[in-house]
Amino acid sequence: MYLRNDDRPQGSRLSLRVAVLGGVAVALFAVLFFRLWNLQVLDGDKYLAEAKNNRTREFKVIAPRGDIIDREGKVIVDNRTSLALQLNTEKLPEDPAEEKAVLSRLGKLAHMSLAKVRKTIREGEEVAAGAPVTLRQDVGFYLVAYIEEHQREFPGASVQRVFVRHYPDGTLAAHVLGNVSEINEEELEEARYKSLEPGDEVGKAGVEYSYDKYLRGQPGLQKIQVNALGQPTPGGQLVSKSPTPGETLKLTIDSEVQAAGESALASQGLPGGFITMNVHNGQILGLGSFPTYDPSELIHPTQAQVNALYRNESAPLTDRSVEGLYPTGSTFKLLTALAALENGVITPNTVINDPGQLCLGEECFHNAEGAAYGPLTLVPALEVSDDVFFYTLGLRMWDTNELQEWARKLGIGRPTGIDIPVGTDGLLPTKQWRDQLFKEGETERPWSAGDNIQLATGQGDLQTNPLQMAVAYAALGNGGTIVTPHLGMEVEDAAGRVLKEFDPKPRRKVKIDPGVRSVIMEGLHDAAQGPGGTSEPVFGSFPIPVAGKTGTAERPGHADQSWYCILAPYPNPRIVTCVTIEEGGFGAQAAAPAAHTILEAYFHDQIAAESREAAEGSEGVEESGATG
Amino acid sequence: MMYATRTRQARPEPFAVHVGIAERLGLAHMDWPLTIAAVGLVAFSVFTLGQATQNDVPGSPHYYLDRQAIYAVLGVVGMLLATRIDYSRFRELRVGIYTFLCASVSLVFVFGFAARGSRRAFELPFFSFQPSELGKLLLVLALAGFVIDGARRGSAVQRTVRYLCLGLAPAALVFLQPDLGTSMVFVVATLAVMYFGGVPWTHFAVIGGALVTLIALVLVIAPAVGTPILKGYQLERLTSFANPNEHEDGAGYQQNQSKVAIGSGGLTGRGDKATQTRLDFVPERHTDFIFAVIGERYGFVGAAFVLSLYALLFWRALRITTLSKNSYGTLVAGGIAVALLFQTFVNVGMNLGIMPITGIPLPLMSYGGSSVVATFLAVGVLQSINVQAHLGQRGRFAW
Repeated sequence: MYLRNDDRPQGSRLSLRVAVLGGVAVALFAVLFFRLWNLQVLDGDKYLAEAKNNRTREFKVIAPRGDIIDREGKVIVDNRTSLALQLNTEKLPEDPAEEKAVLSRLGKLAHMSLAKVRKTIREGEEVAAGAPVTLRQDVGFYLVAYIEEHQREFPGASVQRVFVRHYPDGTLAAHVLGNVSEINEEELEEARYKSLEPGDEVGKAGVEYSYDKYLRGQPGLQKIQVNALGQPTPGGQLVSKSPTPGETLKLTIDSEVQAAGESALASQGLPGGFITMNVHNGQILGLGSFPTYDPSELIHPTQAQVNALYRNESAPLTDRSVEGLYPTGSTFKLLTALAALENGVITPNTVINDPGQLCLGEECFHNAEGAAYGPLTLVPALEVSDDVFFYTLGLRMWDTNELQEWARKLGIGRPTGIDIPVGTDGLLPTKQWRDQLFKEGETERPWSAGDNIQLATGQGDLQTNPLQMAVAYAALGNGGTIVTPHLGMEVEDAAGRVLKEFDPKPRRKVKIDPGVRSVIMEGLHDAAQGPGGTSEPVFGSFPIPVAGKTGTAERPGHADQSWYCILAPYPNPRIVTCVTIEEGGFGAQAAAPAAHTILEAYFHDQIAAESREAAEGSEGVEESGATG
Repeated sequence: MMYATRTRQARPEPFAVHVGIAERLGLAHMDWPLTIAAVGLVAFSVFTLGQATQNDVPGSPHYYLDRQAIYAVLGVVGMLLATRIDYSRFRELRVGIYTFLCASVSLVFVFGFAARGSRRAFELPFFSFQPSELGKLLLVLALAGFVIDGARRGSAVQRTVRYLCLGLAPAALVFLQPDLGTSMVFVVATLAVMYFGGVPWTHFAVIGGALVTLIALVLVIAPAVGTPILKGYQLERLTSFANPNEHEDGAGYQQNQSKVAIGSGGLTGRGDKATQTRLDFVPERHTDFIFAVIGERYGFVGAAFVLSLYALLFWRALRITTLSKNSYGTLVAGGIAVALLFQTFVNVGMNLGIMPITGIPLPLMSYGGSSVVATFLAVGVLQSINVQAHLGQRGRFAW
């Protein structure tokens, strides 16, 4: 101990301690200098970049989705804006007690219970993990202001102006349109959604899906200078890129025809589907299915809504006009007649006797209701829809594949190329098909004449839908062109300028002899408006000449299915309409009246003009045959 | 006269001032480098605050500048007054000083103003007084006196224990405010006075071992067992500097932002484009993180310059320990020097991300009246020691 008194301490001991301390100090300062040099000079660029990055925040500005309009320009789908309360769950505090506090506060503000908030977050994350979860739509301004002022209490919460799909006509053309909803994980991996992020909305069905890339638009970007709380600093607007709104999609749909079809089905109250198409270019003027659904329910559906729709036994989401699979009954006779005539199996003047049934060994095939029409040629056979006549044709072609060939040529059992996703292509029973099944042990007998007999009248294993039938009838109506049915007409910008037209080429052309065509058309015309015609009760007094065929399909386990396909006007049709109604009974009972309603809507102006002329007491103007 | 007479001049002393006005003011023999370092640092502080905090208080862009300038002036005046006093008087007053220290630190519990979770200061009209800042100086003055006085009482171990208790008592009071950082300074000051007071190396080894054990206990074992001694945020601040990325929004965030700020300053700084420290990314930038402000605005050049001033400050203080005319002065100077070094190193280290967050201010640069004035008083005491040394021992060679 060198402090004996208050004199100067002994030099050397003190000097040592001072020297040691001095050395320590030198080392400490050296550490600081060295670290400073490291940070600023050696790594300075890296930190500078980070600092610059810190101070700007990029906000994605959502682009409005394009409108969907009908062929006249009437808006069927557009957007409305809504303020949505969103939560970025990554910004919530990690401490569970604090997190709970924040969520409770948010819940109180949004009038949601804590449990509901948590549930919404969970559901949101299942759909799109990593995206901001929408807690509530359509919140008011007071909530926006409150959250802005109390940012610290609500980390991660923000209010976004979002666009919500709006359907001014409610459920009109629901199946055509499809619905829009948030992109999910699997979709994000697909190439067509390459530039999208969780939280973006895409079309999930219908034209919203097929034409999504036109409708989607491009999000904009806004860079704002912010402070550490993420609040914009005054004068801090930087580069911003405006969003590009989605393009407007014009459909081939005619709203009046569409509405007529839908109400016709709805008034019958039975499941069914219809399609009205232009025979020359495949433009679809109306396409619908009953029962239908409300697409706005599928934007942010609750689990209950989703369950209600998917588990509903009547399958409202199924579009029966393009996805249904049914036997067609007598409407198929058009194809049988075509195959028979073109292959020379019969001529227009060939007489076949109808004793009421056709027996094949022990099995007998009857006319409907036990009728017997005696000797008939083709045209009257079509008019009364004589089954035995066509059974005979089927028998004559049973092992030649001629019927199947023509049915295939006209598109039965094949993809139609329609521009919305449809799951199925139907089934055309052929010899090869059945024999193959028999070989594999899936069925108890191979192809037989009875199968072809049934096919000739649209029964048996045949599975098709109004869409395929419409394409086939259109081919007859236009003389041999298999058109590509489509719903999209063109894409326009906001000013109405056409950016792209959709005019798909016909799928193929088929040689139909004009004589053959006109014979069959005559038969169909008589069937619709001739005195013995099966749908004469419905169309007999229709002011426009038409050519149509009923069908009454037997379905095991169900009541008969009603079918009707019609070409109008006769003899040079512009449109084809096919309707089918499950459990609807005779063709003339349910499907034909529905088709009548549709045609009334289509020819509305023409009919009104004619009746005006008639009312004005026209001189020398024929009422029928004047138009065509 | 055939040849001119030449007045015999005193042996030239480096940095010595001509006797004259200075002597009349009682300021002769002030250590000018020390003065320059101290005044330089506070002036830089005022300048930087003026530049960097204009948007902090809406409506008063010069809020911090004005106040720090006032504190600086008060501090310089205090320093000059302290220089004039013969510091040896404090040795006699050691009991009174020690009592005042403990009392003032205790009274904050009763009358103190709670800010950010701790009661540290008294709210007086126009300013707040934080007794623990002045307490650092008071502790050194009192403890040095106790060491000198008890130099021959009891065994070496008993003396060591006595000094430790004297020092740790006020440190514990400060710790309970809670103010972890300042209590650490108290402990370091105690150890420094003991160090210069000749406590044997072996004792320091034992104390060092105890410290390591204590740190392990507090930081690792106690929380693991479930009886934490430090509060959660204190623990987090101390450990986060080792894992800054684990606490994105907490203590690690502050340090990360500070590092980014300093690093982004580069060689010559970003001037007004120093967004890290201008836009709130670095919190507490007028106090604990003012070095980050300097680093970002003035770059390596500015930051190194500031560090050099601190080095100068410390060197002159250390030099004064050797010059002191008596042992008391050595102890006092040593305690002040080490306390200044410790605070500087911990604060700058924290800004640079190599030391934990402790809330220790940067002497003379962090905004705060109590700290600025208390530090200047300490510098004044150093000056006093220097002055007394030169007055007592004229002509002595000094390095």
